[in-house]
Amino acid sequence: MMNIWYSLVDFLLPFDWTNHLFMKNALLAVILVCPLFGLLGTMIVNNKMAFFSDAIGHSALTGIAIGVLMGLKNPILSMLAFSIILALAISAARKISLNSTDTIIGIFSSTAVALGIVILSKGGGFTKYSSYLIGDLLSISPNDLALLFMVFISIIIIWVLIFNKLFLASINKTFAVSKKVNTVLADTVFTLIVAVIVTISIQWLGILIINSLLVLPAASARNLSSNIKQYHAFSIAISLISGILGLIMSYYWGTATGATIVLASAVFYFASLMMVRIRN
Amino acid sequence: MIEEQVNNPRNSCGLCCTKIENFGVVRGGKDILKDVNLHIHCGEMTALIGPNGAGKTTLLKAILGEIKPSGSLQFLDHKGKHTGHPVIGYIPQHLYFDRNSPVSVLDLFCAVKSKIPIWLLESNEVKKEVKENLERVSSGHLLNKKLGHLSGGELQRVLLALSIDPIPDILLMDEPVSGIDQKGTEVFYQTVSELRENFDMSIILVSHDFSLVAQYSDRVALLDKTILSCGKPSEVFSSKEFINLFGEVWSRGLFDNKGGNQS
Repeated sequence: MMNIWYSLVDFLLPFDWTNHLFMKNALLAVILVCPLFGLLGTMIVNNKMAFFSDAIGHSALTGIAIGVLMGLKNPILSMLAFSIILALAISAARKISLNSTDTIIGIFSSTAVALGIVILSKGGGFTKYSSYLIGDLLSISPNDLALLFMVFISIIIIWVLIFNKLFLASINKTFAVSKKVNTVLADTVFTLIVAVIVTISIQWLGILIINSLLVLPAASARNLSSNIKQYHAFSIAISLISGILGLIMSYYWGTATGATIVLASAVFYFASLMMVRIRN
Repeated sequence: MIEEQVNNPRNSCGLCCTKIENFGVVRGGKDILKDVNLHIHCGEMTALIGPNGAGKTTLLKAILGEIKPSGSLQFLDHKGKHTGHPVIGYIPQHLYFDRNSPVSVLDLFCAVKSKIPIWLLESNEVKKEVKENLERVSSGHLLNKKLGHLSGGELQRVLLALSIDPIPDILLMDEPVSGIDQKGTEVFYQTVSELRENFDMSIILVSHDFSLVAQYSDRVALLDKTILSCGKPSEVFSSKEFINLFGEVWSRGLFDNKGGNQS
Protein backbone atom coordinates (compact mmCIF):
# COMPACT_ATOMS: atom_id res chain seq x y z
CA MET A 1 0.00 0.00 0.00
CA MET A 2 2.64 2.48 1.09
CA ASN A 3 4.71 1.68 -2.01
CA ILE A 4 1.89 2.83 -4.25
CA TRP A 5 1.78 6.11 -2.33
CA TYR A 6 5.59 6.52 -2.53
CA SER A 7 5.72 6.02 -6.29
CA LEU A 8 2.69 8.27 -6.74
CA VAL A 9 4.47 11.07 -4.88
CA ASP A 10 7.69 10.48 -6.86
CA PHE A 11 5.70 10.70 -10.07
CA LEU A 12 3.53 13.70 -9.22
CA LEU A 13 5.85 15.73 -7.00
CA PRO A 14 9.45 15.17 -8.12
CA PHE A 15 10.89 17.77 -5.74
CA ASP A 16 13.73 17.93 -3.30
CA TRP A 17 11.48 17.79 -0.23
CA THR A 18 9.64 14.66 -1.35
CA ASN A 19 12.88 12.72 -1.72
CA HIS A 20 12.76 11.38 1.80
CA LEU A 21 10.48 8.63 2.98
CA PHE A 22 9.63 10.55 6.18
CA MET A 23 8.44 13.48 4.10
CA LYS A 24 6.24 11.20 2.00
CA ASN A 25 4.77 9.76 5.19
CA ALA A 26 4.27 13.20 6.69
CA LEU A 27 2.58 14.41 3.51
CA LEU A 28 0.09 11.55 3.66
CA ALA A 29 -0.56 12.34 7.34
CA VAL A 30 -1.24 15.99 6.48
CA ILE A 31 -3.63 14.97 3.70
CA LEU A 32 -5.55 12.75 6.15
CA VAL A 33 -5.56 14.95 9.24
CA CYS A 34 -5.95 18.47 7.88
CA PRO A 35 -9.30 18.00 6.07
CA LEU A 36 -10.68 16.34 9.21
CA PHE A 37 -9.57 19.29 11.33
CA GLY A 38 -11.10 21.69 8.83
CA LEU A 39 -14.37 19.75 8.87
CA LEU A 40 -14.69 19.36 12.66
CA GLY A 41 -13.42 22.88 13.27
CA THR A 42 -16.54 24.43 11.75
CA MET A 43 -18.74 22.83 14.41
CA ILE A 44 -16.29 23.67 17.17
CA VAL A 45 -16.37 27.32 16.15
CA ASN A 46 -20.19 27.26 15.77
CA ASN A 47 -20.66 25.78 19.21
CA LYS A 48 -18.06 28.09 20.76
CA MET A 49 -16.12 25.04 21.91
CA ALA A 50 -12.59 26.22 21.14
CA PHE A 51 -11.70 26.16 24.80
CA PHE A 52 -13.07 22.63 25.14
CA SER A 53 -10.88 21.16 22.39
CA ASP A 54 -7.94 23.00 23.91
CA ALA A 55 -8.62 21.29 27.25
CA ILE A 56 -8.76 17.90 25.53
CA GLY A 57 -5.38 18.60 23.93
CA HIS A 58 -3.83 19.53 27.25
CA SER A 59 -5.25 16.49 28.97
CA ALA A 60 -3.05 14.35 26.73
CA LEU A 61 -0.23 15.07 29.16
CA THR A 62 -2.13 13.28 31.91
CA GLY A 63 -2.90 10.43 29.54
CA ILE A 64 0.81 10.02 28.87
CA ALA A 65 1.57 10.14 32.58
CA ILE A 66 -1.00 7.45 33.33
CA GLY A 67 0.47 5.35 30.51
CA VAL A 68 3.94 5.72 32.02
CA LEU A 69 2.64 4.69 35.46
CA MET A 70 1.04 1.63 33.91
CA GLY A 71 4.26 0.82 32.10
CA LEU A 72 2.81 1.15 28.58
CA LYS A 73 5.37 1.49 25.81
CA ASN A 74 3.07 3.51 23.59
CA PRO A 75 0.75 5.68 25.70
CA ILE A 76 -1.83 6.20 22.96
CA LEU A 77 -4.40 3.95 24.66
CA SER A 78 -4.14 5.64 28.05
CA MET A 79 -4.23 9.03 26.31
CA LEU A 80 -7.41 8.08 24.43
CA ALA A 81 -9.05 6.67 27.54
CA PHE A 82 -8.21 9.70 29.63
CA SER A 83 -9.30 12.27 27.07
CA ILE A 84 -12.62 10.47 26.58
CA ILE A 85 -13.20 10.34 30.34
CA LEU A 86 -12.32 14.01 30.64
CA ALA A 87 -14.62 14.95 27.75
CA LEU A 88 -17.53 13.08 29.33
CA ALA A 89 -16.74 14.52 32.76
CA ILE A 90 -16.80 18.06 31.39
CA SER A 91 -20.16 17.43 29.65
CA ALA A 92 -21.60 16.00 32.85
CA ALA A 93 -20.27 18.83 35.02
CA ARG A 94 -21.73 21.39 32.61
CA LYS A 95 -25.18 19.95 33.27
CA ILE A 96 -24.91 19.85 37.07
CA SER A 97 -22.75 22.81 38.00
CA LEU A 98 -23.83 26.39 38.47
CA ASN A 99 -20.51 27.67 37.12
CA SER A 100 -20.32 28.80 33.53
CA THR A 101 -18.92 26.41 30.95
CA ASP A 102 -15.58 28.15 30.46
CA THR A 103 -14.92 28.10 34.20
CA ILE A 104 -15.65 24.37 34.36
CA ILE A 105 -13.43 23.60 31.37
CA GLY A 106 -10.66 25.75 32.85
CA ILE A 107 -10.84 23.86 36.15
CA PHE A 108 -10.81 20.41 34.57
CA SER A 109 -8.12 21.31 32.08
CA SER A 110 -5.64 22.81 34.52
CA THR A 111 -6.24 20.05 37.06
CA ALA A 112 -5.50 17.46 34.38
CA VAL A 113 -2.36 19.26 33.21
CA ALA A 114 -1.12 19.69 36.78
CA LEU A 115 -1.68 16.01 37.51
CA GLY A 116 0.20 15.06 34.35
CA ILE A 117 3.16 17.29 35.13
CA VAL A 118 3.34 16.10 38.74
CA ILE A 119 3.49 12.45 37.68
CA LEU A 120 5.88 12.98 34.76
CA SER A 121 8.25 15.28 36.65
CA LYS A 122 8.71 12.83 39.51
CA GLY A 123 12.45 12.25 39.74
CA GLY A 124 13.19 15.17 37.39
CA GLY A 125 12.47 13.33 34.15
CA PHE A 126 10.02 15.72 32.48
CA THR A 127 12.30 16.70 29.57
CA LYS A 128 11.90 13.18 28.17
CA TYR A 129 8.30 14.03 27.37
CA SER A 130 8.72 17.56 26.12
CA SER A 131 8.60 16.28 22.52
CA TYR A 132 4.86 15.92 23.04
CA LEU A 133 4.58 19.63 23.60
CA ILE A 134 5.64 20.57 20.09
CA GLY A 135 5.04 17.26 18.32
CA ASP A 136 7.06 15.55 15.59
CA LEU A 137 5.19 14.95 12.38
CA LEU A 138 8.28 13.69 10.57
CA SER A 139 8.50 10.67 12.88
CA ILE A 140 5.17 9.25 11.75
CA SER A 141 5.40 5.60 10.72
CA PRO A 142 3.37 3.55 8.21
CA ASN A 143 1.67 1.84 11.16
CA ASP A 144 0.61 5.20 12.57
CA LEU A 145 -0.66 6.12 9.13
CA ALA A 146 -2.78 2.97 9.00
CA LEU A 147 -4.37 3.91 12.34
CA LEU A 148 -4.88 7.45 11.12
CA PHE A 149 -6.53 6.17 7.96
CA MET A 150 -9.01 4.07 9.92
CA VAL A 151 -9.84 7.01 12.17
CA PHE A 152 -10.23 9.20 9.08
CA ILE A 153 -12.75 6.83 7.48
CA SER A 154 -14.74 6.32 10.70
CA ILE A 155 -14.99 10.00 11.49
CA ILE A 156 -16.09 10.87 7.95
CA ILE A 157 -18.84 8.23 8.13
CA ILE A 158 -20.05 9.37 11.56
CA TRP A 159 -19.88 13.00 10.48
CA VAL A 160 -22.03 12.34 7.43
CA LEU A 161 -24.58 10.55 9.61
CA ILE A 162 -24.88 13.05 12.46
CA PHE A 163 -24.04 16.42 10.98
CA ASN A 164 -27.57 17.69 10.34
CA LYS A 165 -28.70 16.66 13.81
CA LEU A 166 -25.69 18.24 15.42
CA PHE A 167 -26.24 21.39 13.40
CA LEU A 168 -29.85 21.71 14.56
CA ALA A 169 -28.84 21.12 18.16
CA SER A 170 -26.19 23.83 17.85
CA ILE A 171 -28.82 26.31 16.66
CA ASN A 172 -31.46 25.67 19.33
CA LYS A 173 -31.72 22.61 21.57
CA THR A 174 -35.47 22.69 22.09
CA PHE A 175 -36.11 23.30 18.41
CA ALA A 176 -33.90 20.31 17.59
CA VAL A 177 -35.89 18.17 20.04
CA SER A 178 -39.11 19.22 18.30
CA LYS A 179 -37.58 17.85 15.10
CA LYS A 180 -36.94 14.50 16.80
CA VAL A 181 -33.21 14.96 17.27
CA ASN A 182 -31.60 13.14 20.18
CA THR A 183 -29.50 16.13 21.19
CA VAL A 184 -27.76 14.40 24.08
CA LEU A 185 -26.58 11.57 21.83
CA ALA A 186 -25.47 13.94 19.06
CA ASP A 187 -23.51 16.10 21.52
CA THR A 188 -21.85 13.11 23.14
CA VAL A 189 -20.80 11.61 19.81
CA PHE A 190 -19.36 14.96 18.75
CA THR A 191 -17.44 15.35 22.01
CA LEU A 192 -16.00 11.85 21.59
CA ILE A 193 -14.98 12.47 17.99
CA VAL A 194 -13.11 15.61 19.00
CA ALA A 195 -11.42 13.78 21.88
CA VAL A 196 -10.31 10.95 19.58
CA ILE A 197 -8.94 13.01 16.70
CA VAL A 198 -7.13 15.47 18.96
CA THR A 199 -5.55 12.68 21.00
CA ILE A 200 -4.54 10.59 18.01
CA SER A 201 -2.83 13.54 16.31
CA ILE A 202 -1.20 15.09 19.33
CA GLN A 203 2.12 13.27 19.23
CA TRP A 204 2.70 14.57 15.70
CA LEU A 205 1.29 18.05 16.00
CA GLY A 206 2.05 18.97 19.60
CA ILE A 207 -0.01 19.74 22.70
CA LEU A 208 0.73 23.46 22.61
CA ILE A 209 -0.63 24.20 19.16
CA ILE A 210 -2.99 21.45 18.12
CA ASN A 211 -6.08 23.48 18.97
CA SER A 212 -5.13 26.23 16.52
CA LEU A 213 -5.36 23.69 13.73
CA LEU A 214 -8.98 23.06 14.66
CA VAL A 215 -9.94 26.67 15.13
CA LEU A 216 -7.98 28.76 12.61
CA PRO A 217 -9.19 27.28 9.30
CA ALA A 218 -12.83 27.33 10.40
CA ALA A 219 -12.52 30.85 11.79
CA SER A 220 -11.02 32.05 8.49
CA ALA A 221 -13.69 30.27 6.45
CA ARG A 222 -16.40 31.86 8.56
CA ASN A 223 -15.18 35.28 7.50
CA LEU A 224 -15.50 34.36 3.85
CA SER A 225 -18.71 32.32 3.50
CA SER A 226 -22.41 32.96 3.25
CA ASN A 227 -23.70 29.40 3.58
CA ILE A 228 -22.77 26.08 5.13
CA LYS A 229 -21.34 24.56 1.98
CA GLN A 230 -18.94 27.42 1.36
CA TYR A 231 -18.07 27.41 5.05
CA HIS A 232 -16.97 23.79 4.92
CA ALA A 233 -15.32 23.98 1.52
CA PHE A 234 -13.20 26.98 2.56
CA SER A 235 -12.37 25.48 5.93
CA ILE A 236 -11.20 22.18 4.46
CA ALA A 237 -9.28 23.90 1.67
CA ILE A 238 -7.52 26.36 3.99
CA SER A 239 -6.65 23.57 6.41
CA LEU A 240 -5.23 21.36 3.66
CA ILE A 241 -3.30 24.12 1.91
CA SER A 242 -1.74 25.42 5.13
CA GLY A 243 -0.91 21.83 6.08
CA ILE A 244 1.00 21.20 2.87
CA LEU A 245 2.60 24.66 2.80
CA GLY A 246 3.63 24.33 6.45
CA LEU A 247 5.17 20.92 5.81
CA ILE A 248 7.23 22.18 2.86
CA MET A 249 8.36 25.32 4.67
CA SER A 250 9.34 23.41 7.80
CA TYR A 251 11.50 21.19 5.61
CA TYR A 252 13.42 24.09 4.11
CA TRP A 253 13.58 26.13 7.31
CA GLY A 254 14.37 23.20 9.56
CA THR A 255 11.52 24.13 11.93
CA ALA A 256 8.89 22.14 13.85
CA THR A 257 6.25 21.06 11.37
CA GLY A 258 3.14 21.49 13.50
CA ALA A 259 4.00 25.05 14.47
CA THR A 260 4.85 25.96 10.87
CA ILE A 261 1.47 24.66 9.73
CA VAL A 262 -0.26 26.77 12.38
CA LEU A 263 1.64 29.84 11.20
CA ALA A 264 0.50 29.17 7.63
CA SER A 265 -3.14 28.96 8.72
CA ALA A 266 -2.74 32.08 10.83
CA VAL A 267 -1.67 33.90 7.65
CA PHE A 268 -4.94 32.72 6.05
CA TYR A 269 -6.89 33.94 9.05
CA PHE A 270 -5.45 37.44 8.96
CA ALA A 271 -5.91 37.56 5.18
CA SER A 272 -9.58 36.65 5.68
CA LEU A 273 -9.93 39.45 8.24
CA MET A 274 -8.50 41.89 5.69
CA MET A 275 -11.00 40.67 3.11
CA VAL A 276 -13.89 41.28 5.51
CA ARG A 277 -12.63 44.82 6.07
CA ILE A 278 -12.26 45.48 2.35
CA ARG A 279 -15.73 44.10 1.63
CA ASN A 280 -17.37 46.27 4.26
CA MET B 1 -50.48 27.88 -0.97
CA ILE B 2 -52.98 28.24 1.80
CA GLU B 3 -55.92 28.31 -0.62
CA GLU B 4 -54.66 25.14 -2.26
CA GLN B 5 -54.58 23.32 1.04
CA VAL B 6 -58.11 24.35 1.90
CA ASN B 7 -59.45 22.07 -0.81
CA ASN B 8 -57.75 19.20 0.82
CA PRO B 9 -58.15 19.71 4.53
CA ARG B 10 -57.36 17.14 7.18
CA ASN B 11 -60.11 15.91 9.42
CA SER B 12 -61.22 19.29 10.55
CA CYS B 13 -63.56 18.81 13.44
CA GLY B 14 -62.67 20.50 16.68
CA LEU B 15 -63.12 17.12 18.29
CA CYS B 16 -59.63 15.81 18.54
CA CYS B 17 -57.91 16.87 21.66
CA THR B 18 -54.70 16.81 23.60
CA LYS B 19 -54.91 15.98 27.26
CA ILE B 20 -52.14 16.97 29.59
CA GLU B 21 -52.73 15.13 32.82
CA ASN B 22 -50.99 15.70 36.13
CA PHE B 23 -47.78 17.03 34.64
CA GLY B 24 -45.09 17.57 37.21
CA VAL B 25 -41.46 18.60 36.87
CA VAL B 26 -39.06 18.66 39.79
CA ARG B 27 -35.64 20.22 39.52
CA GLY B 28 -33.11 20.57 42.30
CA GLY B 29 -35.69 19.29 44.79
CA LYS B 30 -38.10 22.09 43.88
CA ASP B 31 -41.39 21.75 42.06
CA ILE B 32 -41.19 23.66 38.80
CA LEU B 33 -44.55 22.31 37.68
CA LYS B 34 -47.11 20.48 39.77
CA ASP B 35 -50.43 18.83 38.91
CA VAL B 36 -50.78 20.62 35.60
CA ASN B 37 -53.97 19.57 33.81
CA LEU B 38 -54.83 21.08 30.48
CA HIS B 39 -57.10 20.00 27.63
CA ILE B 40 -56.44 21.51 24.26
CA HIS B 41 -58.87 21.18 21.39
CA CYS B 42 -57.75 21.26 17.81
CA GLY B 43 -58.24 24.48 15.92
CA GLU B 44 -57.97 26.44 19.14
CA MET B 45 -55.32 28.86 20.22
CA THR B 46 -54.61 28.50 23.92
CA ALA B 47 -52.51 31.24 25.45
CA LEU B 48 -50.29 30.33 28.36
CA ILE B 49 -49.71 33.30 30.62
CA GLY B 50 -48.13 33.69 34.01
CA PRO B 51 -45.44 35.59 35.90
CA ASN B 52 -41.73 35.12 35.24
CA GLY B 53 -40.52 31.79 36.57
CA ALA B 54 -44.03 30.32 36.49
CA GLY B 55 -42.80 27.36 34.44
CA LYS B 56 -44.26 28.32 31.06
CA THR B 57 -41.19 27.42 29.02
CA THR B 58 -40.69 24.31 31.16
CA LEU B 59 -44.23 23.20 30.33
CA LEU B 60 -43.51 23.57 26.62
CA LYS B 61 -40.30 21.58 27.00
CA ALA B 62 -42.18 18.89 28.92
CA ILE B 63 -44.82 18.66 26.17
CA LEU B 64 -42.02 18.32 23.62
CA GLY B 65 -40.28 15.64 25.66
CA GLU B 66 -37.02 17.55 26.15
CA ILE B 67 -37.75 17.34 29.87
CA LYS B 68 -39.36 14.18 31.14
CA PRO B 69 -42.39 15.12 33.24
CA SER B 70 -44.38 12.90 35.53
CA GLY B 71 -47.99 12.50 34.42
CA SER B 72 -49.18 11.81 30.91
CA LEU B 73 -49.78 13.43 27.57
CA GLN B 74 -52.56 11.91 25.50
CA PHE B 75 -53.54 12.80 22.02
CA LEU B 76 -56.99 11.68 20.94
CA ASP B 77 -58.16 11.91 17.34
CA HIS B 78 -61.67 12.95 16.27
CA LYS B 79 -63.07 9.51 17.06
CA GLY B 80 -61.69 9.75 20.54
CA LYS B 81 -59.08 7.12 19.78
CA HIS B 82 -55.69 7.32 21.31
CA THR B 83 -53.27 7.94 18.46
CA GLY B 84 -49.97 7.90 20.24
CA HIS B 85 -47.66 10.86 20.40
CA PRO B 86 -48.84 13.85 18.36
CA VAL B 87 -46.66 15.67 15.85
CA ILE B 88 -45.47 18.79 17.65
CA GLY B 89 -44.09 21.93 16.07
CA TYR B 90 -42.09 24.46 18.06
CA ILE B 91 -41.11 28.08 17.54
CA PRO B 92 -38.41 29.14 19.98
CA GLN B 93 -38.42 32.33 21.95
CA HIS B 94 -35.12 33.68 20.81
CA LEU B 95 -32.96 32.47 18.03
CA TYR B 96 -29.87 34.53 18.29
CA PHE B 97 -27.62 34.45 15.28
CA ASP B 98 -24.18 35.82 15.05
CA ARG B 99 -24.54 37.99 11.95
CA ASN B 100 -21.44 36.38 10.51
CA SER B 101 -22.69 32.86 11.00
CA PRO B 102 -22.58 31.38 7.51
CA VAL B 103 -25.99 29.70 7.55
CA SER B 104 -28.63 30.33 4.91
CA VAL B 105 -32.37 29.81 5.23
CA LEU B 106 -32.04 26.93 2.78
CA ASP B 107 -29.33 25.33 4.97
CA LEU B 108 -31.61 25.41 7.99
CA PHE B 109 -34.50 23.77 6.13
CA CYS B 110 -32.28 21.14 4.53
CA ALA B 111 -30.84 20.20 7.93
CA VAL B 112 -34.39 19.40 9.04
CA LYS B 113 -35.70 17.79 5.87
CA SER B 114 -32.74 15.95 4.45
CA LYS B 115 -30.53 13.14 5.66
CA ILE B 116 -27.69 14.19 3.37
CA PRO B 117 -25.31 16.39 5.39
CA ILE B 118 -25.86 19.99 4.38
CA TRP B 119 -22.18 20.68 3.86
CA LEU B 120 -22.08 18.05 1.13
CA LEU B 121 -24.99 18.73 -1.22
CA GLU B 122 -28.72 19.27 -1.37
CA SER B 123 -31.15 17.65 -3.78
CA ASN B 124 -33.14 19.88 -6.10
CA GLU B 125 -36.24 18.10 -4.91
CA VAL B 126 -35.71 19.23 -1.32
CA LYS B 127 -34.89 22.72 -2.53
CA LYS B 128 -38.23 22.88 -4.34
CA GLU B 129 -40.07 21.67 -1.24
CA VAL B 130 -38.32 24.29 0.87
CA LYS B 131 -39.37 26.97 -1.57
CA GLU B 132 -42.99 25.78 -1.27
CA ASN B 133 -42.77 25.72 2.51
CA LEU B 134 -41.56 29.29 2.53
CA GLU B 135 -44.34 30.37 0.15
CA ARG B 136 -46.86 29.22 2.75
CA VAL B 137 -45.76 32.17 4.86
CA SER B 138 -45.12 34.43 1.83
CA SER B 139 -41.35 34.27 2.27
CA GLY B 140 -40.11 32.48 -0.84
CA HIS B 141 -37.69 35.32 -1.55
CA LEU B 142 -35.74 34.56 1.64
CA LEU B 143 -34.51 31.16 0.43
CA ASN B 144 -30.83 32.03 -0.04
CA LYS B 145 -30.51 34.75 2.57
CA LYS B 146 -28.11 34.43 5.47
CA LEU B 147 -30.00 33.93 8.74
CA GLY B 148 -28.02 36.73 10.32
CA HIS B 149 -29.28 39.16 7.68
CA LEU B 150 -33.00 38.54 8.28
CA SER B 151 -35.09 41.05 10.17
CA GLY B 152 -36.81 39.83 13.35
CA GLY B 153 -40.12 39.48 11.54
CA GLU B 154 -38.59 37.62 8.59
CA LEU B 155 -36.78 35.23 10.90
CA GLN B 156 -40.00 34.53 12.79
CA ARG B 157 -41.85 33.72 9.57
CA VAL B 158 -39.04 31.39 8.49
CA LEU B 159 -39.27 29.61 11.86
CA LEU B 160 -43.04 29.39 11.49
CA ALA B 161 -42.61 27.78 8.07
CA LEU B 162 -40.12 25.32 9.59
CA SER B 163 -42.36 24.43 12.49
CA ILE B 164 -45.35 23.59 10.29
CA ASP B 165 -43.50 21.07 8.18
CA PRO B 166 -44.86 18.49 8.64
CA ILE B 167 -48.16 20.08 9.67
CA PRO B 168 -48.18 19.51 13.43
CA ASP B 169 -51.12 18.45 15.58
CA ILE B 170 -49.92 20.92 18.18
CA LEU B 171 -47.90 24.04 17.55
CA LEU B 172 -45.99 25.49 20.48
CA MET B 173 -44.89 29.11 20.36
CA ASP B 174 -42.70 30.60 23.05
CA GLU B 175 -43.12 34.38 22.88
CA PRO B 176 -42.75 34.26 19.12
CA VAL B 177 -42.97 38.00 18.53
CA SER B 178 -40.83 39.40 21.32
CA GLY B 179 -38.73 42.16 19.87
CA ILE B 180 -40.74 42.46 16.66
CA ASP B 181 -42.48 45.70 15.67
CA GLN B 182 -46.24 46.22 15.65
CA LYS B 183 -46.66 45.62 11.93
CA GLY B 184 -44.55 42.46 11.99
CA THR B 185 -46.51 41.17 14.96
CA GLU B 186 -49.84 41.68 13.20
CA VAL B 187 -48.65 39.98 10.02
CA PHE B 188 -47.32 37.08 12.09
CA TYR B 189 -50.59 36.52 13.98
CA GLN B 190 -52.66 36.90 10.82
CA THR B 191 -50.58 34.15 9.23
CA VAL B 192 -50.87 31.97 12.31
CA SER B 193 -54.65 32.43 12.43
CA GLU B 194 -55.01 31.43 8.78
CA LEU B 195 -52.82 28.38 9.26
CA ARG B 196 -54.77 27.35 12.32
CA GLU B 197 -58.07 27.48 10.48
CA ASN B 198 -56.77 25.75 7.38
CA PHE B 199 -54.85 22.99 9.06
CA ASP B 200 -56.88 22.55 12.20
CA MET B 201 -53.90 22.80 14.51
CA SER B 202 -53.97 23.25 18.24
CA ILE B 203 -51.76 26.12 19.21
CA ILE B 204 -50.22 26.83 22.57
CA LEU B 205 -48.83 30.31 22.79
CA VAL B 206 -46.68 31.61 25.61
CA SER B 207 -46.96 35.37 25.79
CA HIS B 208 -46.54 38.30 28.13
CA ASP B 209 -48.48 40.56 25.80
CA PHE B 210 -51.99 40.43 27.28
CA SER B 211 -53.60 42.62 24.67
CA LEU B 212 -52.38 40.27 21.93
CA VAL B 213 -53.59 37.33 23.94
CA ALA B 214 -57.00 38.96 24.38
CA GLN B 215 -57.18 39.67 20.68
CA TYR B 216 -56.07 36.37 19.18
CA SER B 217 -56.52 33.49 21.59
CA ASP B 218 -59.62 31.35 22.15
CA ARG B 219 -58.64 30.24 25.60
CA VAL B 220 -56.24 31.38 28.24
CA ALA B 221 -54.51 29.29 30.87
CA LEU B 222 -52.95 31.11 33.79
CA LEU B 223 -49.93 29.18 35.03
CA ASP B 224 -47.93 29.58 38.19
CA LYS B 225 -46.43 26.13 38.87
CA THR B 226 -49.93 24.80 38.28
CA ILE B 227 -52.92 25.97 36.27
CA LEU B 228 -54.61 28.62 38.42
CA SER B 229 -57.35 29.56 36.02
CA CYS B 230 -58.37 28.46 32.56
CA GLY B 231 -61.13 29.59 30.22
CA LYS B 232 -62.17 32.32 27.82
CA PRO B 233 -59.84 35.33 27.86
CA SER B 234 -62.48 37.55 29.43
CA GLU B 235 -63.07 35.00 32.20
CA VAL B 236 -59.41 34.51 33.04
CA PHE B 237 -58.51 38.18 32.88
CA SER B 238 -61.26 39.00 35.35
CA SER B 239 -60.54 36.05 37.63
CA LYS B 240 -59.44 36.53 41.21
CA GLU B 241 -56.20 34.62 40.52
CA PHE B 242 -55.25 36.87 37.62
CA ILE B 243 -55.95 40.03 39.60
CA ASN B 244 -53.89 38.70 42.51
CA LEU B 245 -50.88 38.24 40.25
CA PHE B 246 -51.12 41.17 37.87
CA GLY B 247 -53.43 43.72 39.50
CA GLU B 248 -56.74 45.11 38.42
CA VAL B 249 -55.44 47.58 35.85
CA TRP B 250 -54.86 44.91 33.25
CA SER B 251 -58.02 43.06 33.87
CA ARG B 252 -60.15 46.17 33.35
CA GLY B 253 -58.14 47.72 30.52
CA LEU B 254 -58.08 44.71 28.24
CA PHE B 255 -61.72 44.37 27.43
CA ASP B 256 -63.02 47.88 27.83
CA ASN B 257 -60.78 49.31 25.11
CA LYS B 258 -59.85 46.50 22.79
CA GLY B 259 -63.28 45.18 21.98
CA GLY B 260 -62.53 41.79 23.45
CA ASN B 261 -61.44 38.59 21.87
CA GLN B 262 -62.32 37.91 18.26
CA SER B 263 -63.95 34.54 18.61
